Amino acid sequence: MFDTTRPALPPRPGVGFKARHFAAILDDPGPVAWLEIHAENYMGDGGRPLAQLRAVADRFPISVHGVGLSIGGAGPLDPDHLARLSHLLGWLAPASFSEHLAWSTHEGAYLNDLLPLPYTARTLARVCDHIDLVQDRLGRRMLLENPATYLDFAETEMAETDFLARVVARTGCGLLLDVNNVHVACTNRGADPVAYLDAFPMAAVGEIHLGGHDVQKDEHGAPLLIDSHGTQVADPVWALYAHALRRAGPVATLIEWDTDLPDWPTLAAEAARAAALIDRVAA
Amino acid sequence: MTGQDAFAAALLDPDRAPPGRLTGAGGAPAGRRFDVYRNNVVAGLIEALETGFPVVRALVGAAFFRAMAGEFVRAHPPRTPLLMLYGEALPGFLAGFPPVAHLGYLPDVARLELALRDSYHAADAAPVDPGALAALSPQALARARLRLAPAVRLVRSDWPIHGIWQAHHGGPRPPQGAQEVLVARPGFDPVPHLLPPGGYRGIAALRAGVPLGAALSDLQESNISALLQLLLQSRAISAITPEDAQ
Amino acid sequence: MSDTTKTLALAGAVAAALAAHGVTPAQAQENEKCYGVALAGENDCAAGPGTTCAGTSKVDYQGNAWKLVPAGTCETMEVPGDRMGALEPLDRDIPS
Repeated sequence: MFDTTRPALPPRPGVGFKARHFAAILDDPGPVAWLEIHAENYMGDGGRPLAQLRAVADRFPISVHGVGLSIGGAGPLDPDHLARLSHLLGWLAPASFSEHLAWSTHEGAYLNDLLPLPYTARTLARVCDHIDLVQDRLGRRMLLENPATYLDFAETEMAETDFLARVVARTGCGLLLDVNNVHVACTNRGADPVAYLDAFPMAAVGEIHLGGHDVQKDEHGAPLLIDSHGTQVADPVWALYAHALRRAGPVATLIEWDTDLPDWPTLAAEAARAAALIDRVAA
Repeated sequence: MTGQDAFAAALLDPDRAPPGRLTGAGGAPAGRRFDVYRNNVVAGLIEALETGFPVVRALVGAAFFRAMAGEFVRAHPPRTPLLMLYGEALPGFLAGFPPVAHLGYLPDVARLELALRDSYHAADAAPVDPGALAALSPQALARARLRLAPAVRLVRSDWPIHGIWQAHHGGPRPPQGAQEVLVARPGFDPVPHLLPPGGYRGIAALRAGVPLGAALSDLQESNISALLQLLLQSRAISAITPEDAQ
Repeated sequence: MSDTTKTLALAGAVAAALAAHGVTPAQAQENEKCYGVALAGENDCAAGPGTTCAGTSKVDYQGNAWKLVPAGTCETMEVPGDRMGALEPLDRDIPS
């Protein structure tokens, strides 16, 4: 259906590219084999962001990760935003493109968060229609990421893993498995993250995300984890990651660190930890 | 109202109850859990404005800015996911916001900060070789048109906005009076320059395609020289079109 | 001034600008100092905000802001508060 000759992300660690790490990455990437960018931050017309992106794209495979397409939105996808994405993916020709199972735009307002969806037949139809449109418009397969969620909808009819498996079956898209999101969402809904991973359609996984989260409690004293990407990956998430790798085999794995940015050695050390776990299942 | 209508409305209105049938662990109603989404949206957008308007923020103070930005983001959420350009409506909002009515310069300082950001993300353009100007006869020079780099922006104000900006970047206290500012991007970082008298109108005319002689006819010779020197030094001219090439 | 005089004045001004341009080092060095922070490899003062796909634990301030008053550097700017005071109204026509 889509061009399959395109080089994929290597089954090694990558990190989210930040301008402040630009010189360090080019100087000594350590275990980092590829870089991920947020599509929306490179939709300007020129200047330093695009110059830096061209420079790192000469050296590393790039994963483009969108945060603003609102694939779960009740309204139609924004054709202007699709055009901007198409332009970026056209000149950059990245190894991967991914987006989220979430919504963020409502009646023209961009709400700047990945908002949750009830898992119903109606949502499924809408999400699949939107993914069909995206893959058709961009001329490539996309990966869909499982969300970090803080609440559930009473009208939900199916498990998130079932929902994702049906999306894959109907659209042919791949999946981005965010293991931190699994830990955050399962803890927040009082569910078992290992069971979630065991039910996850691993054959469709093209990339894994790992990131840090904050730990809080809700007003009833129940744990409330927040997907903050501002700290090191937590130990329970590393354990879940090892479990996921045993099921999936070696997969390109991103360390997501977006706020309270660390220095480069700290970030590279997180990538090295992922590399060691990948090596273990590759051996 | 669809589920997303109610969800979106409650996100931006702290007085509105979260939509029903949202639950947390064990099926408890999702009060604080819904607030996580509220915070993600509003706190995230407030932070975006803090990043985008550092001088406005310094002028009014961090606590006031945060509270004011909260009002702004609820009234003017972004219209695209391109957050790097978010805040286009802030100058207008500030102009109509009573608690800052006594700070008449504030909307124009916000305009200058927007212009700097806009310039930062504008398209690249190679600068013209200044020798191309030197090669023209006086008559040809007067009839030549300049193309300005896409990163060039002009801002003018009844207030000393350049001086206010400079005062927040290690400069002295601002002078009094109106100022006109050219924003240009010689490399990757936009720089605001104070324009000589008539500079705003002259550069705006050049940008609109008026020939050099007519565009700068109101300026004194020394100011024309200063203006062209500024445009050349800040690599703001991307092409010179002699009359016979048109 | 006649048109000829203006043309010659323009040429003189261009010559002066080029002479000055020739001796002034190109002003292309990046602003090293941004808001008091200069980080190696990052000089993004004017970059503005980027997107994130992360959530936040920070809580936004809600309501009651308007008991607050601006309390920043505006207190030391000493820019006269009467906008029409000594200032001439400006022509705001901007050629498009």
